Amino acid sequence: MNWISNYVRPKINSLFSRREVPENLWTKCPECGTMLFHRELADNLNVCTSCDHHMAISPRDRFVRLFDGGIFTEVAVPDPLPDPLGFRDQKKYPERLKAAQKATGEKEAMLVAEGEIGRTPIVAACQDFSFMAGSMGMYVGNAIIAAATRAVELKRPLVLFSAAGGARMQEGILSLMQMPRTTVAVQMLKEARLPYVVVLTHPTTGGVTASYAMLGDVQIAEPNALICFAGPRVIEQTIRETLPEGFQRAEYLLDHGMLDRVTHRKKLREDLIIVLRMLMHLPPPVAADLPAPKPVYVEPAPVDAAATPEAAPAETPKQA
Amino acid sequence: MTYLEFEKPLAEIEGKAEELRALARKNAGMDVEKEAAALDKKAADLLRDLYKDLSPWRKCQVARHPDRPHCKDYIEALFTDYTPLAGDRNFADDHAIMGGLARLNDAPVVVIGHEKGNDTKTRIERNFGMARPEGYRKAIRLMDMADRFGLPVITLVDTPGAYPGKGAEERGQAEAIARSTQKCLEIGVPLISVIIGEGGSGGAVAFATANRVAMLEHSVYSVISPEGCASILWKDAEKMREAAEALRLTAQDLLKLGVIDRIIPEPTGGAQRGADTAIAAVGAEIATLLKQLSGKQPADLIRDRRQKYLKMGAKGLAA
Repeated sequence: MNWISNYVRPKINSLFSRREVPENLWTKCPECGTMLFHRELADNLNVCTSCDHHMAISPRDRFVRLFDGGIFTEVAVPDPLPDPLGFRDQKKYPERLKAAQKATGEKEAMLVAEGEIGRTPIVAACQDFSFMAGSMGMYVGNAIIAAATRAVELKRPLVLFSAAGGARMQEGILSLMQMPRTTVAVQMLKEARLPYVVVLTHPTTGGVTASYAMLGDVQIAEPNALICFAGPRVIEQTIRETLPEGFQRAEYLLDHGMLDRVTHRKKLREDLIIVLRMLMHLPPPVAADLPAPKPVYVEPAPVDAAATPEAAPAETPKQA
Repeated sequence: MTYLEFEKPLAEIEGKAEELRALARKNAGMDVEKEAAALDKKAADLLRDLYKDLSPWRKCQVARHPDRPHCKDYIEALFTDYTPLAGDRNFADDHAIMGGLARLNDAPVVVIGHEKGNDTKTRIERNFGMARPEGYRKAIRLMDMADRFGLPVITLVDTPGAYPGKGAEERGQAEAIARSTQKCLEIGVPLISVIIGEGGSGGAVAFATANRVAMLEHSVYSVISPEGCASILWKDAEKMREAAEALRLTAQDLLKLGVIDRIIPEPTGGAQRGADTAIAAVGAEIATLLKQLSGKQPADLIRDRRQKYLKMGAKGLAA
């Protein structure tokens, strides 16, 4: 008994444990605590299969599941001046940026792409909350301007998925200036009479909500997304009372007339296709166009490959 | 006069001079004028030195000084026929925002600004200059009217930020700010903005997206308050000095960054020590800027404003 447990089993154990517990195979739903297998979760668009809680989804994964056949072309975003203020808090801003790039495998907090959804040509932009809380700085401003410019060029609607903790403090006043800058981008679409649809995802706050995220022709939110200008904590500190249940959540905003729709992530693609085709005077979608595309493997953009050895494609579902 | 924390040594000297003079008034025949005058000179020198090179955090304190002239003072002194126009036609009139028709050097304009109030009663009434959605919607309505009747718009910015309250959020604070910024970009009349105290984040940008932006010498304009920034990035609200430094929120830095166009000098010791001088300087600057823009076609005004904001951020500070 003891020679087996002491000499044989440890070796066997180590063999199995190495294979059995690689990281990130299981995700615990933060809402209901259910353990979700990674493949099952990805197939369900990062929505908990047991309680419907909408977890974060990376812009790249979202695009793979949004565009027909998972095919899209990235729209180039001009590089802004790096670290315009020479900002330093406990860390230098360029160091924080590098850490975020390493962690996400992305260059910055927004991804812009063109492609088709249900054979409807669109331009889409998606904000990445995992990249420095999706904060809006010069790059995000440039991305939105690039997206609007491309949409006007191609005469396509723009679909924007928002997610942000607000402005990028490390860019100081220049992050604040993205509020008027991105508003100019929205005006470009408005003047070209092209639809601008905003999908607000959890969380969308601060200067982002107070600019491009609230200026859509159609405003759709994902269920239970926090959408606000001032966060609940700030308000509780100011008014010194507890806020009601569900305050500043998507359904609450819908009730208060601030949104057009609250749509489940799995129904979102269909919603967008139907609405955009009407606004673009296209014939009704054919049923065959509607089912979500089969996930296919998409080569990630070569984002400063040397600096980001562990780039992100690990989560991208591969072709079965 | 309310003394700021860094003005304590000044308060002492000025207090001593005052004491001496009070003593002399009580005891006839006592001559203290020579000593008092020396103290006066010492105080004046100290004041000049203190204000010669204010640190960003001190500028924040000066910008928030309770005795600093506020929007109401500027409107009363610079404009004639000021006719307040109230309400957003939806819900309420926001007293944090003053606005209406007025004449500047006899020419009709629309003037809009944040008013903080100057005593407990008026501060509460004005909600400390923190607007609710109704304030921004009133401003949108007034800007729209200015556009239709060809009147230039002048905005006076002085706010800690938009009000973070339950009702404000329910009634769409974010949407109101977004639409106000959008309206600023849409109107075909000259839009001039002067930051007279605090330019607090989105609450300021909603009025300050202008053809020309001027700032008083010791006013500040920032994406977040130094205290807020310190508590988020330093996890310690007491690090506001470092945060104020890092945020580059002074008029001098913002001019270098191309975010503002003009700096209006303040009297020695700040606008709170010479309200009339500061107000007159602001009036003169507005007149100059208006002149620069007069005769421009509506389409050009809109295009120039847009180009200005699209280009913003092209040059950094290269610290």
